[in-house]
Amino acid sequence: MSETYIARSSAIAARMLAGQMMIMNSADSTFFTLSEVATAIWQAADGRTPLREIVRNHVCEQFDVDPEQAHMDAEQFVAELSTHGILLVADHPLEAP
Amino acid sequence: MSLMTEMGQKAFDLGVPIAVHLDVTYRCNERCVHCYLEHDDHGEMTTAEIKSVLDQLAEAGVFFLTFSGGEVFLRRDFFELVEYARRLLFNVKIKTNAVMIHEEEARRIRALGVDSIQISVYSHRPEVHDAITKLPHSFERTMKAIRFLKDQGLKVTIANVLMTANLSDHYQVQKLAAEMGVHYTVDPTITPMMDGDTSVLGLRIPAEGLTEVFRNPALVANMEEFCAPPKAPTEDDLEGYSCSAAHSFCYISPYGDVFPCVQFPLPSGNVRQQKFLDIWNRSPQLNEVRSIQAKHLTVCSSCSHVSSCTRCPGLAYMEGSMRGPSIADCEKSYYRTGVPTANMLRLGIEKPRGGPLVQIQPLAVSI
Repeated sequence: MSETYIARSSAIAARMLAGQMMIMNSADSTFFTLSEVATAIWQAADGRTPLREIVRNHVCEQFDVDPEQAHMDAEQFVAELSTHGILLVADHPLEAP
Repeated sequence: MSLMTEMGQKAFDLGVPIAVHLDVTYRCNERCVHCYLEHDDHGEMTTAEIKSVLDQLAEAGVFFLTFSGGEVFLRRDFFELVEYARRLLFNVKIKTNAVMIHEEEARRIRALGVDSIQISVYSHRPEVHDAITKLPHSFERTMKAIRFLKDQGLKVTIANVLMTANLSDHYQVQKLAAEMGVHYTVDPTITPMMDGDTSVLGLRIPAEGLTEVFRNPALVANMEEFCAPPKAPTEDDLEGYSCSAAHSFCYISPYGDVFPCVQFPLPSGNVRQQKFLDIWNRSPQLNEVRSIQAKHLTVCSSCSHVSSCTRCPGLAYMEGSMRGPSIADCEKSYYRTGVPTANMLRLGIEKPRGGPLVQIQPLAVSI
């Protein structure tokens, strides 16, 4: 099974506000807020840790969710953020943000 | 309500400083006739000091960071500071006259992921722009820089401060911005000097000129609504606050002084002596500003414009009281709607500033 690796884009700005992560991509001025689970994934996106491991360590353990369902949700979330240039996604390790 | 507005409101409600304006220098290579700053260096914060402030701002929850001056590019460490700020994941905006931006600087700004650059342009006529900045060829250099920045795909806004010398030019500057594919913003506010000197106020556009600005359909999206007579204030309006100053925004000078806003010279602490968050949370001055609701305003609380006025508490402070009216904003309300303000009625003024105004001197050209 191929792994998915994710890294935070260097073009974005981000800050926590009242438990929500605000993210803005300066390239297209898109502005997002991430849920607590999405924030955990985004913060762990170091380019080196496979997404499956991030979900296991940072989502399943902290939020008590089913691993398979969590992984599917994470794949979808990652794909969406990558279309907005907020996350870089590859099937090989990426350079750290 | 947009998501960004919603988060801005949340920061306001929680008292989180979501946006900070940081002047990194007051030095400048232009000498704009209307400028409110004194340009000598009285001991700017060092690179290390500013980096420490940036660390503290990130910790405090600041998201939007504006680097301004003076002219920011006069600091040799400016790119180092921007790079550091971006590593801390700030959304960085830069205000500059751009005369020091060439192809290489534009490329570096792009590479650092800067959100946007606001550039002062006073006129489409080089001789008028240069007469205001007092820097020969500044128009030409600024225009070149805008093109370099646009070539990099950066978001650029032309900021057009209006005064007597360039009042008739704003249509053309707006057209120029459209031709260059950049945003345009206009501001008819001339601010007293930070030391309280009001001599520059003589450069303000004639009061009647405000009507022309407010009734320009290219500047005002919904003129009918914008210029409508004020609605009677609701209870919520009277519970409201003037602006985000000291609630979710503040200003830091190159010397580390903290103020509620760049236009509100009420010293509230210094980051060289105290941690930023200690100042933000405990400064008696910031807390006083925060405590003022519309119902507490001495004259404005009974004014029919109270719910729609752009009253600036900083200008009011410079006019004598942060709880009082700001005559500059009374003028705007009057010339926007045609309805006198409570302050005007109190002072027996039928029309604000009816007398002749001081023209800009010296101007090298006839305008």
